[in-house]
Amino acid sequence: MRENLHRFFRAARGAGVRLSPAESIDAMRAVSKVGFTDRTVLRDTFLLTLAKTQDEKKALGACFDLFFDQPEPSQPPPEDSETDKSDTQDPGAASDTQGDADGGDQAQDLGQLAQMLLSQDRNAMAAAIANASNAAYLSDIRYFTQRGIFSGRVLDQMGIQRLRDDLDALTATNPALAERLQAALDGLRDTVRETVSQALMLYGREEAENLRNEILRNAPLSRIEPRQVAQMRVLIRQIARRLRERYSKPRKRQRRGHLDVRRTIRRNAAWGGVPFLTAWKRRHRDKPKIIALCDVSGSVARVSDFFLLLIHSLHEVVSDVRSFAFSGHLIEVSDILESKSPEEAMAEIMSKVGFGSSDYGNSFADFEHEWMNAITPQTTVIILGDARSNNLDPRADILRRIGERSKRLVWLNPEGRMAWGWGDSEMPRYSTFCTVVRQCATAQQLERAVSDIVASYQ
Amino acid sequence: MAEKGPTASIEAVESGLAAQGYIASRQIATAVYLSQQIEKPILVEGPAGVGKTELAKAIAAWRGLKMIRLQCYEGLDEAKALYEWKYAKQLLYTQILKDKLGEVLGGAETLHDALAQLHDFGDVFFSKEFVEPRPLLQALEQPAGCVLLIDEIDKSDAEFESLLLEILSDFQVTIPELGTVTAVAAPTVILTSNSERDLGDALKRRCLHLHIGFPEQKLEERIVESRVPGISQTLRKQMVGFIHEVRSLDLKKLPSVSETIDWARVLVLLQAPELGSEIVKDTLNVLLKYEADIEATLPQVSTFIAKTSRQSVVFG
Repeated sequence: MRENLHRFFRAARGAGVRLSPAESIDAMRAVSKVGFTDRTVLRDTFLLTLAKTQDEKKALGACFDLFFDQPEPSQPPPEDSETDKSDTQDPGAASDTQGDADGGDQAQDLGQLAQMLLSQDRNAMAAAIANASNAAYLSDIRYFTQRGIFSGRVLDQMGIQRLRDDLDALTATNPALAERLQAALDGLRDTVRETVSQALMLYGREEAENLRNEILRNAPLSRIEPRQVAQMRVLIRQIARRLRERYSKPRKRQRRGHLDVRRTIRRNAAWGGVPFLTAWKRRHRDKPKIIALCDVSGSVARVSDFFLLLIHSLHEVVSDVRSFAFSGHLIEVSDILESKSPEEAMAEIMSKVGFGSSDYGNSFADFEHEWMNAITPQTTVIILGDARSNNLDPRADILRRIGERSKRLVWLNPEGRMAWGWGDSEMPRYSTFCTVVRQCATAQQLERAVSDIVASYQ
Repeated sequence: MAEKGPTASIEAVESGLAAQGYIASRQIATAVYLSQQIEKPILVEGPAGVGKTELAKAIAAWRGLKMIRLQCYEGLDEAKALYEWKYAKQLLYTQILKDKLGEVLGGAETLHDALAQLHDFGDVFFSKEFVEPRPLLQALEQPAGCVLLIDEIDKSDAEFESLLLEILSDFQVTIPELGTVTAVAAPTVILTSNSERDLGDALKRRCLHLHIGFPEQKLEERIVESRVPGISQTLRKQMVGFIHEVRSLDLKKLPSVSETIDWARVLVLLQAPELGSEIVKDTLNVLLKYEADIEATLPQVSTFIAKTSRQSVVFG
């Protein structure tokens, strides 16, 4: 059973529950106290010891149900499993002795697997499949492409070779029985395939997810397929969580500085004002203030979508975010993003300003006209866009004024550096006024860019 | 039922808590049972008012242990949670013992000798007598063990969490001047959190994690039954049903168990025979704590009542 527990822990990790060795030891200890008799208690025990958040509890619960739904052998009689084992180890030898023993009876002449199939013993079948799965290291399955190979291995372990010989022999001597056996074999194949699929769902998820995330992280945001958008959102949320964890720790307060006389006197009142304990004035560091201007025209729209999602998921780290979207003209979108789900918000923003041809000059003019005084010396202004202004006036002078007013002006461009300055790209002209210019086409680049911006306040 | 030793089964925990008026779900009982069996703290999360703090009180009452409570807040530090030196007492003693010190050191010729003699007396002023134990240290010093409730841990600073780690995993604290203080009897530790911020993984790893949500209708009826015995069965069914309907609305603050109990008390006080729309409208402020929530619920009151009374007819 301990083997089973270990496999369950692996499956749980695959389901996205972060599980340390210490926690699995705790779970083991807990399980040894409650026992295996009551399934709901066992489930509760795992939920209590392993899962540490509500989401993890949900994932672990689903994983538990899936795992213990497997065709577990209830309690195979010891004799059975023994012969079973010897059979799987050396099917040829076992059947040989059997064949020698009595050649008269047709059914007795068959291999163990054939007999089992014909007798329709469900428990024995389940036990045999489970044993064969163990012998074939089914829990090592990682990718969906391995399904075929693992099905083959499990069937091999069960002695399919011998079964085929039996089948050949039977078709000659007893066609009716052969037909029955063939049908049973098809059923067995299905069951094994199902078992393997289930194992893949349990054990393969982690690897598959890692691989997929790795690919997603490095895929150009503007060109991902619609079905991947949801996955990308999940990924972006993970990034946001990581950034929050990294930067939301209270900034280290400095104990140096000026003596806080008022607090020192009050704190030492108990011993007649003799200052045993000193209190120092604290210096708080600013949290980042961010103003984001996002191009939502054409191909940049999707990158802007993810960028806005990321920026607005950083509540604990960033004290103040105002976001603006533009293509032909510019509007403020902070409220829309705060009050609605990401999908709805983006749809609304797109219906208001999206899909036009972009006019950077006009949009900058809009910004200067209404919101210029929102920029303080603590503000970082982030502009996300490809700087392709359709040969209209770029109004780089406004960008210069924005740069002068703000702490930093960061330009994130989804296009590669090679393309900057070609065609109607105004990037070289704009980049002179920016503190930082960087390419930002994939989730990974997005994470690095935002991380650097937040880190500059630490 | 043995009061002090570890309890025999999950059912025993359930009935023990029930005897104190705390109706625990199976999961809660399992958590309490396990925490005693493998000596681990329980971290309880969930919305306000579902009985997180109450659980600790019930355990303490049931097992006849003292409950020590540490309320967390921003800025809580070692000196307030763990221990503090009694500066005033130290100062006073040095003043009183001044003459004695002179006598002791009288024989010394040089400053160096005096210092060496002083060393022989050890750290008299940094001994146990001068330590003011705060809740955490108190909990470790209880000879019979105790229930230590660390309430609203999410309100404290992240640094305070690290301070707790030693206590939570080994039931000991290290005081630089005195050495390591180990628990006489391992206390039952309950931490509660409203999830205002994410707790550190290190803290979570050391605890059993229990999430208490809003109870199911049957369980909540039993809770009301045990807490407000005077209420009639039909009214109880109706009001719990009504509250479950209210919880399906999108409100700022959903009514939790404590509000259910309060409301039940109010209804009994007003001697309401059954749930009518008049009385509900009058007492809705017991249930809902925001004006906006009340306004959102008011138009729905009669439909909810109709629904719940239909249900109670079907079942009762």
